Amino acid sequence: MPSLKALRIRINSVKSTQKITSAMKMVAASKLRRAQSQVEAARPYAERMERMLAALAAGAAQNPGAPRMLVGTGHDQVHLLVPITADRGLAGAFNANVGRATRTRIEELEARGKTVKLMPIGRKGRDYLRREYASRIVDDVSFAGKRRIEFADAAAVAERIATMFHDGEFDVCTLIYNRFISVISQRTTEQQLIPTPLPQTAGSAASESPRLYEFEPEEETLLAALLPQNLATQLYRALLESAAGEQGARMTAMDNATRNAGEMIDRLTLLYNRTRQANITKELIEIISGAEAL
Amino acid sequence: MSTALEIVSPEKLLLSRPVDMAVIPAEEGDMGVLEGHAPMIVLLRGGTVRLYEAGQVTAELFVSGGFAEVTPERCTVLAIEAIPLPELSRAEAERRLTAAEAAYEAVDKFDVDAREQAMARLQSARAMLELAAAP
Repeated sequence: MPSLKALRIRINSVKSTQKITSAMKMVAASKLRRAQSQVEAARPYAERMERMLAALAAGAAQNPGAPRMLVGTGHDQVHLLVPITADRGLAGAFNANVGRATRTRIEELEARGKTVKLMPIGRKGRDYLRREYASRIVDDVSFAGKRRIEFADAAAVAERIATMFHDGEFDVCTLIYNRFISVISQRTTEQQLIPTPLPQTAGSAASESPRLYEFEPEEETLLAALLPQNLATQLYRALLESAAGEQGARMTAMDNATRNAGEMIDRLTLLYNRTRQANITKELIEIISGAEAL
Repeated sequence: MSTALEIVSPEKLLLSRPVDMAVIPAEEGDMGVLEGHAPMIVLLRGGTVRLYEAGQVTAELFVSGGFAEVTPERCTVLAIEAIPLPELSRAEAERRLTAAEAAYEAVDKFDVDAREQAMARLQSARAMLELAAAP
């Protein structure tokens, strides 16, 4: 049986752990609120961008001169995977989920004889992938230390991806990230960025009669400007979703940790009290039997 | 008689209100949008978006470029940023112009797309400086 002193030290250490986890939970909760409102605020732009792209792309996709970013290079030999993870851990399975999904995808693609390139965003994903797939990492991005992600950050990454695409370094680009479903649930999602998947027009076409737009300047020029912008917008949205998901995951993980610490403190306190009483009883017995022996 | 004007940046919805007329800086010249305008999608250059209400200019915002979707009922401006004219900073505009000039110098003159992009950036920065310098 552990000594009283050892028990006291354990209880104190678990208590201070609990203080840390509960503080982290609070911090995550307030960051989550901010991240969520950022996601909400970014929605109108993305929606309108989608609407415009649908109007433009519907006509241009059949056009032989359509931008390659829309219709693809005609091959799908080289894949660029962009997994988005957090820069910090202690968020449950948040980072591991993206890591695992990326790994499955790499293995599946390579089994089919494709070449895979990686461009991890976020420190955790980079560290995870570097262990096994270091040779495939072509670039990495980290926003560590940034308090909030701005559109300019996403635009800079999008530009890097676009430049790589124009230099013919890959054919297909896919994002892998955690989509924010609710505070307790994030779903690992794969989203193709290049070639740009056409927005589903079927639903909106039924409700809204197809409009014939005039374009100024001509469609190709507009598309050439719109597609990179759309790339940045999609990336920005994924980054925000991932940031919100991270805080949600951390909040849940820290809530669990706080509860576990509470249970452990209860158990240890019980053991401590029992031991203390046992010691007292033992001492009493010793005194009494000592007195009787006289 | 009004058209629903919306100015949206990637980070948030900046402005949404009905106006009598909006003048937007389309690539090929300023464009006035009234209710019932033919549906159009236009590219924007760096310039001013003007809001007209009751025959008066009620607000002027600088946009550094973007897109606009015009339909008979509404006018949606997708801008990277929209700054009210009085808040434009001259120092910022000068900084951007220098950066844009450097980028233009560095660009490969035979790459038509890249050159056009750099030129658009230069134009946008010049427009910003001009607006910031005007009292």
